[in-house]
Amino acid sequence: MAVEKKINLKSKFLRYLPLILLYFSVLNEFDIDVANLNFLSFNLPFIIIFYWSLKDPDHIGTGLIFISGICNDVTLGYPIGLSSFIYLSIVVFARYLRNITLRPNIYKDSIVFLIAILFANSVNASILSFIFSIEIIFFEILVNITITFFLYFLFARMFKYLTPVSY
Amino acid sequence: MASGRDDFIIAVRSAFLKKSNKQQFSLLALILFSIFLIFLSNLNFIGINYIKIGVNETVYRLSALVSYPEKKINKSIIFLSEYLNVYKENKILKDQIDKLNTKKLNYIFLENENKKLKEIVGENTNSSEGIISKVLIDKDGKFLKSIILNKGSKDGIKKGMVVLEKNYLVGQVIEVNFTTSRAILISDLNSNIPVVIEPGSFQSILSGTGKNYGKIKYSKNKLLLNEDTIVYTSGSGGNFRSGLPVGKINNGIEELAVEFFSDLSQLSYVKIQSIEEKMD
Repeated sequence: MAVEKKINLKSKFLRYLPLILLYFSVLNEFDIDVANLNFLSFNLPFIIIFYWSLKDPDHIGTGLIFISGICNDVTLGYPIGLSSFIYLSIVVFARYLRNITLRPNIYKDSIVFLIAILFANSVNASILSFIFSIEIIFFEILVNITITFFLYFLFARMFKYLTPVSY
Repeated sequence: MASGRDDFIIAVRSAFLKKSNKQQFSLLALILFSIFLIFLSNLNFIGINYIKIGVNETVYRLSALVSYPEKKINKSIIFLSEYLNVYKENKILKDQIDKLNTKKLNYIFLENENKKLKEIVGENTNSSEGIISKVLIDKDGKFLKSIILNKGSKDGIKKGMVVLEKNYLVGQVIEVNFTTSRAILISDLNSNIPVVIEPGSFQSILSGTGKNYGKIKYSKNKLLLNEDTIVYTSGSGGNFRSGLPVGKINNGIEELAVEFFSDLSQLSYVKIQSIEEKMD
């Protein structure tokens, strides 16, 4: 009985782990600052949202993704609704890929992921600079996109253990 | 050809509109709602501002809680590295104390003389203590460099107040909620402060670079700015009072770069002061 309860708790924790990670990263604006390499950062929410919208859309609902975007806007001081829009646009790319894919492949997924984050960051930078007149450093965003893209492979491998077999 | 286009349209339509069993909201509806929110934010709609203040109060507290372990780890690493350098630093500090003690006597004399002269000229020298505030969140965003403070409108914080650390300028309050507020740091790309460069009293503008230093803009006296040059606020424009120390010129980082006196990535307590009180 006790063992069953333990297994149940563990499976529940593993089920909510991506959601916990997503909220932890938006509230903490997760990044890596190694020594003086402050430019070394990546966008964990993008990876989580894309991966789980692609592999199991029921794992993290769109409503929760929308709210996480609002939290991110508040934490970083961005105009309300901006991150939600960006996150949901990533979901669109993932859902499109899910609809057209018959045989999933990490390399195909990663190419669409790269297009999705390029689109999301371009829209984000355009809205911030053209509508809200906020100055931005494009080099930092480029580095962020590159690192996020390469880390997708690592996180995809890690998340694979939590994914149901459906996709 | 036509069937390929149809497949694309069906896939896109499905991506936007199809809801799975556990999804409660359609993706398209949420996207439209977020665009609507951005539009209202751009118009500075009053309702949105009230919602924002409410959300801010909750999310700031939550964010501070979530960031706590990371903050503790960072502090421990800094503490350890400082501990390892303590002997070397002690030697340097002893030398500095000797030099400073001799300078101190000079400064006391000059300060008294300055006070007397200000009284003769009629300038008000009263200074307020300011409000001490704890830094709840000091996240380095890719676009905005700002800090969240644990004092808000209920403590008398107003938009535009200056934020100091050990009497050095570090930022300005840009958003006030009931119990919290946000201050933009002087390192932010959008920060432009009218400054005076001493010695020489050159007027200029100090801009943030998005990194941990600033840069002098629009200075005609580039050649005269050496390493000993100190940058103070000039008070022009009325956003900051004059004479607040900001940093010193460090051409080693970049030409006309200003190294801030405060380490903006390590702020834990700051002083918030009203500019009006000082400028009356």
